[in-house]
Amino acid sequence: MDLVNLLAITIAAGTPVLFATLGELLTERSGVLNLGLEGMMLVGALSAFAGTTATGNLWLGVLCGMLGGALLALIHAFFTLTIGVNQVVSGLALVLLGQGLASYLGRGFIGQVVPDSFKTVAVPGLADLPVLGPVLFRHDWLVYLSFGLVPVLAFYIYRTRPGLNLRSVGDSPATADALGIAVTGTRYAYVCAGGALCGLGGAYMSLAYIPSWNENVTAGRGWIAVGLVIFAMWNPWRALLGAYLFGFVDGLNFQLQVSQGNLSLGFIQFNQINTFFLKMLPYLVVIAALVFSQWRLKHNRNREASGPPAALGQLYLRRDKN
Amino acid sequence: MNLKPTLESLQPVLSPAAPTPLRQRFDSLNLLIVILSPGVAILLALLFIAVPLLLTGKDPLLVYSQMYQAAWGDSYGQSETLVKAIPLTLVGLGVAVAFRARLWNIGAEGQFYAGVLGATALALAFPDWPSLLIIPAMLVASLVCGALWALGPALLRSWLNVNEIITSLMLNYVALNLTNFFIYGPWKDPKGFGFPKTPPFSEASALPVIIEGTRIHFGLIFALLAMFLVWLVLSKTGWGFELKVLGESSSTARYAGMPVARNIIVAFVVSGALAGLAGMSEVAGIAHRLEPNLSPGYGYTAIIVAWLARLNPWGIGLVAILFGGLLSSGFTMQRLGISAGLVTLLQGAILFFVLAGEALSRRLLYNRALRRKALQPEER
Repeated sequence: MDLVNLLAITIAAGTPVLFATLGELLTERSGVLNLGLEGMMLVGALSAFAGTTATGNLWLGVLCGMLGGALLALIHAFFTLTIGVNQVVSGLALVLLGQGLASYLGRGFIGQVVPDSFKTVAVPGLADLPVLGPVLFRHDWLVYLSFGLVPVLAFYIYRTRPGLNLRSVGDSPATADALGIAVTGTRYAYVCAGGALCGLGGAYMSLAYIPSWNENVTAGRGWIAVGLVIFAMWNPWRALLGAYLFGFVDGLNFQLQVSQGNLSLGFIQFNQINTFFLKMLPYLVVIAALVFSQWRLKHNRNREASGPPAALGQLYLRRDKN
Repeated sequence: MNLKPTLESLQPVLSPAAPTPLRQRFDSLNLLIVILSPGVAILLALLFIAVPLLLTGKDPLLVYSQMYQAAWGDSYGQSETLVKAIPLTLVGLGVAVAFRARLWNIGAEGQFYAGVLGATALALAFPDWPSLLIIPAMLVASLVCGALWALGPALLRSWLNVNEIITSLMLNYVALNLTNFFIYGPWKDPKGFGFPKTPPFSEASALPVIIEGTRIHFGLIFALLAMFLVWLVLSKTGWGFELKVLGESSSTARYAGMPVARNIIVAFVVSGALAGLAGMSEVAGIAHRLEPNLSPGYGYTAIIVAWLARLNPWGIGLVAILFGGLLSSGFTMQRLGISAGLVTLLQGAILFFVLAGEALSRRLLYNRALRRKALQPEER
């Protein structure tokens, strides 16, 4: 057990959370708070599992997972944007709905293994680099997809016209509306896109990370992603950092459980750590990360630049419609 | 978060008698909606859930009638429903105190377990104490532990504005693992054949059963008392009013000179203490020992209970009985081979339809009031 191996696991363990965090980041950038990540990830994981089992094709399964996540997100969009329901409570309802659906419909799959799962694909040339090779370039296709997604989303949000529209809808919907941007339509689109990415995170769980079906495979990762979006200050690059921070703790946890609490990383020794305390660690780390980022925000002068989207969680209705 | 006061946000404080169009016309339709909408929401949820039931080849009507039978069919079912309603009421009241101030305490499940741990520690440490000593001690311990578990998110929220939804929820997982640590570790029953559970508590530390032949225990009195006290505090005291103002607009509360940081902390702590009390009542009234999965998600279900009752303490008691029935029928469903996920699914669907009914009726009332106002512009 060495550090390189641990870092490789960090990337794999961080990936599902990274997808979910990026999804929620997009949703929140448009001004909608969707706390239902845990539910959307579970439904995504189940749809991906069922899709792959039914068709035998991994990528169709991934597509099913994304579709499942997006459909659940659509429910949230309809209730919050069209009917005008409180976004926090609607998100909680979505978690229950998703957990219930995944548990009820997934009952028949418990213990089954997917016919095909994502396998490690070494990148030719790069995989042989001394440390970076095994850490970054010996993973499956979904991990490489996540590597690509971060710069693409960062470019999209900060450097393109649709990205500007997205930010304006989230920061000042009235201004966006006056500019002729369809506020509610844009929000619908990004809530669904966020749901699809969450479903992708779920698909990673059931098709690559643990390629068999267990009830509650996500084990709170959706909630962790909600926290990481705040830690990331709604920035994709920092989302990457947050997700791998979680991945590191989760990977460490996994390794320690495998070796029954004994682990030597060359420079540190872990001996006989209780598994239940290990399992608490990821959640405590997320709390610590949140505290750290809020503390920095408090002592940061240009607060406007890194705060949440100004209209986050608020329903936008045109004045003249009432 | 923008804390700058605007004229609109200060208005209710500056001129409390300012006519709000919503209030003026609220009474006529209001009662009808309050009574009708939960019923309609539950009906719609049952219709909605029929889809996955049909998909898996189950007859929805049969499943629903079995659920009804399990929860209400006989006196045993009815008493079990009431037994489940006790913790739901206590936790629901706790959640409602926080929600009143728009503090999203999603950590009731963890605070419940913190209360359980506090009560269990005392019960195991002092098996020879008489009832009159051990039960009040366990009561206090559970209140304190629940309150302490809620203190962290409260302090972080008031100090650094750290999102309390995330912190309180993360602590649920921490509390669950802490409980498992004790059950599988230091508190494991040496005579338990390796099963993960603590030794049974002493007779003296059990809450007395108040209705012979059932499991309905003294916790019912706690729940009734808590209902009365929460109602008294929320609707009859200045502090209750301050919480309401804080919930409507924190900047208004600040500029009216209310101690916002202190109110956030106290509301959260009271919320946690009530959840902790529910934990004590469950472990001392029902289980009489600490086992894994003591709570079938009371902390989460109670959020729905509180919301469905519109945070009204008496309403919470009534809705808790309804959801107690749902939970106790869930156990029967599992025995019939239907996943407990069905109950979770049903809860989520009910919450969605309740929320929708609430939002739609609010809009209906608001539009009606606006129309009337438009007809009589001189009315003041």
